[in-house]
Amino acid sequence: MLKIDREACIGCGICEDTCTFGAIEVVDGCAVVNEKCTLCGSCVDVCEAGALAIERAEKSSQADLGAWKGVWVYAESRNGRLAQVAFELLGAGRRLADDLGVELAAVLIGANIRHQADELVAHGADRVYVADHPALADFTDECYSRVLSALIREHKPEIVLAGATAIGRSFIPHVASEMGTGLTADCTALEIRAEDRTLLQTRPAFGGNVMATIECPHTRPQMATVRPRVMKALVPDAGRAGQVVEVQPASGALESRVRVVNSVVEEQEQVNICEADFVVAGGRGLDNAEGFKLVRELARELGGVVAASRAAVDSGWIGYPHQVGQTGKTVCPKVYIACGISGAIQHVVGMQSADTIIAINRDPAAPIFDVATYGVVGDLFEILPRLTEKLKGGKST
Amino acid sequence: MKILVCVKQVPDAKDVRLDPKTNTLAREGVQSIMNPYDRHAVEAAVRLKEAHGGTVTVLSMGPPQAAEVLREAVSCGADEAVLVSDRAFAGADTWATTYTLAGAVRKLGGFDLVLCGKQAIDGDTAQVGPGLAWRLGIPYVTCVRRIEGCENGLLRAQRLMDDGYDEIEVELPALLTVVKEINEPRIPSLKGKMKAKKLEIATLSAADIGAEPQCIGLAGSTTQVVRVFAPQMTGGKTMITGTVDEIVDQLAAKLEALR
Ligand SMILES: Cc1cc2nc3c(=O)[nH]c(=O)nc-3n(C[C@H](O)[C@H](O)[C@H](O)COP(=O)(O)OP(=O)(O)OC[C@H]3O[C@@H](n4cnc5c(N)ncnc54)[C@H](O)[C@@H]3O)c2cc1C
Ligand SMILES: Nc1ncnc2c1ncn2[C@@H]1O[C@H](COP(=O)(O)O)[C@@H](O)[C@H]1O
Repeated sequence: MLKIDREACIGCGICEDTCTFGAIEVVDGCAVVNEKCTLCGSCVDVCEAGALAIERAEKSSQADLGAWKGVWVYAESRNGRLAQVAFELLGAGRRLADDLGVELAAVLIGANIRHQADELVAHGADRVYVADHPALADFTDECYSRVLSALIREHKPEIVLAGATAIGRSFIPHVASEMGTGLTADCTALEIRAEDRTLLQTRPAFGGNVMATIECPHTRPQMATVRPRVMKALVPDAGRAGQVVEVQPASGALESRVRVVNSVVEEQEQVNICEADFVVAGGRGLDNAEGFKLVRELARELGGVVAASRAAVDSGWIGYPHQVGQTGKTVCPKVYIACGISGAIQHVVGMQSADTIIAINRDPAAPIFDVATYGVVGDLFEILPRLTEKLKGGKST
Repeated sequence: MKILVCVKQVPDAKDVRLDPKTNTLAREGVQSIMNPYDRHAVEAAVRLKEAHGGTVTVLSMGPPQAAEVLREAVSCGADEAVLVSDRAFAGADTWATTYTLAGAVRKLGGFDLVLCGKQAIDGDTAQVGPGLAWRLGIPYVTCVRRIEGCENGLLRAQRLMDDGYDEIEVELPALLTVVKEINEPRIPSLKGKMKAKKLEIATLSAADIGAEPQCIGLAGSTTQVVRVFAPQMTGGKTMITGTVDEIVDQLAAKLEALR
């Protein structure tokens, strides 16, 4: 409950201006809260009179949070292949484990996957738990949850990370429920708060317009799903040592009320904008489908691929598989060249971790310049053809 | 078939902006709508009812004005609507939300099928469906893009995966979360609108569902928001200037160096 100290309140109205939800109002010189209040605490932070407080019932913490140690990563494997996000998670997990001074372990679940464990060690795992069983060949929420939950219960890691993929976002909430702990979905940044070893989990909300940092104060493990292509994988080291532990799932764990009758892999899209080193992206500034020719030519010259903003995709100038951003793909190439893209936050979240970002836009105030390594204010119709030409020339001499 | 659909009232996310200077959300002109995925869940439920008979109940946890989305669902073919509403629910994360929804479901009696949207566009967590299924002890399937049939207590469906889709069979009672491809929601009929207008919406309080105070709202939440901020833009921001030729030369040199 939000408590308002009527004596202390000076009726200044700062809380009313601050409240995101329209839940607090000054009536007759004193703040009054209504049912829209979500207890977010913004008003408490801004109140200069100290008149507001949130009453938190003292939470009965899970016994002894200190008994939970180590960082775990769920290493997704499907159709005989480890998901790229597994390596990214190991990269992020390694950093967290080193900050905490603990072990990093990976959990591998599936059928005929034992051999994939070495790759996980090479990418940073100190230990790999492998649950390899024919009944785990198909992904089912119930079986995968039970296997992972049983391992967590036995070994008590303080942090468990998984990819925010179809599989991760499906069964990890079940695991978190099973453990009675919190879960933060689709994180884009993870960090340890040194004072109390707490995992700070940052994620976009409201379609990417707002970022929120979340913690899980009273229960363990601290669980998060992490958006693919945001964290960086380590360079694999085949010489790294790690322990592989085979686990035998309890027979009861392998029964499922959901049965996969058939698993259909749809034709891999021709374009894989996520893997390329050079990405040349076009937006509404290209004016029409024809405009993409300029982008395509530069991409070809650089040995890269073509990407697009949603505005360009929605206009029908290029297909959805090329879309970068909140509702498209996340890319992290060596070089991202944004041509005629304004830099809306929903686009930026999909490309801001590129090593070098070059922006070409005729509007000097375009927000894309705020994320750019190099910015060019100018007309793309003049610059792109000449740039492609120049690069061609450069190579022949 | 007794079907329950969970619907949430959300702010229209595309209008929500955080003012980077004051760090507060600009709420001017932000409308409340039915979570878009939930409209597809309602439509899927109504189509199942039309094919197999039964009833569709819609359930929402939220402030009193969330009754609006329940009425909208009824105007699109749902039969009954229940609102769980209590000041004590404020500040609930997904853990406390599933506790509350599960309490309401138990109070309302059993269902053969529970439908949820894939995710709510305010938080995009996609956790309530799986968490609710766990609370109810029933199996679930996420991201369902097609319901193919339902007979002898088995429901056949397709679930969307990252690299294609799976054809699955699930034992009822079960919970499904649906994606937008599953159907095209209908426009409310005049008759539906009339019905929605007149409908008594049953409201359940925390006490009505026998909720323990330490399990609901902020107190019952396992996660806490510690900071809300506008997305940061962090570039090196070196502007390249000059005539077009000079710009092209500099860009080409930078690109050559990066190749
Ligand atoms: C929930 C939600 C999800 C979204 N998801 C995504 C997403 O995944 N990806 C995405 O991209 N967007 C997404 N959007 C949309 C996003 O908010 C923007 O509307 C979109 O990115 C704008 O695309 P744009 O930059 O191409 O177009 P505009 O914003 O119209 O920008 C065009 C730019 O081109 C410049 N320009 C014009 N002519 C020239 C020229 N001749 N030379 C140089 N510059 C020129 C202009 O100055 C302008 O800056 C989403 C929005 C919402 C609400
Ligand atoms: N407060 C709520 N009331 C009813 N249903 C909800 C509520 N919150 C979430 N849901 C359901 O759970 C789905 C997923 O929500 P979320 O996990 O918040 O992304 C939504 O599409 C709804 O079907």
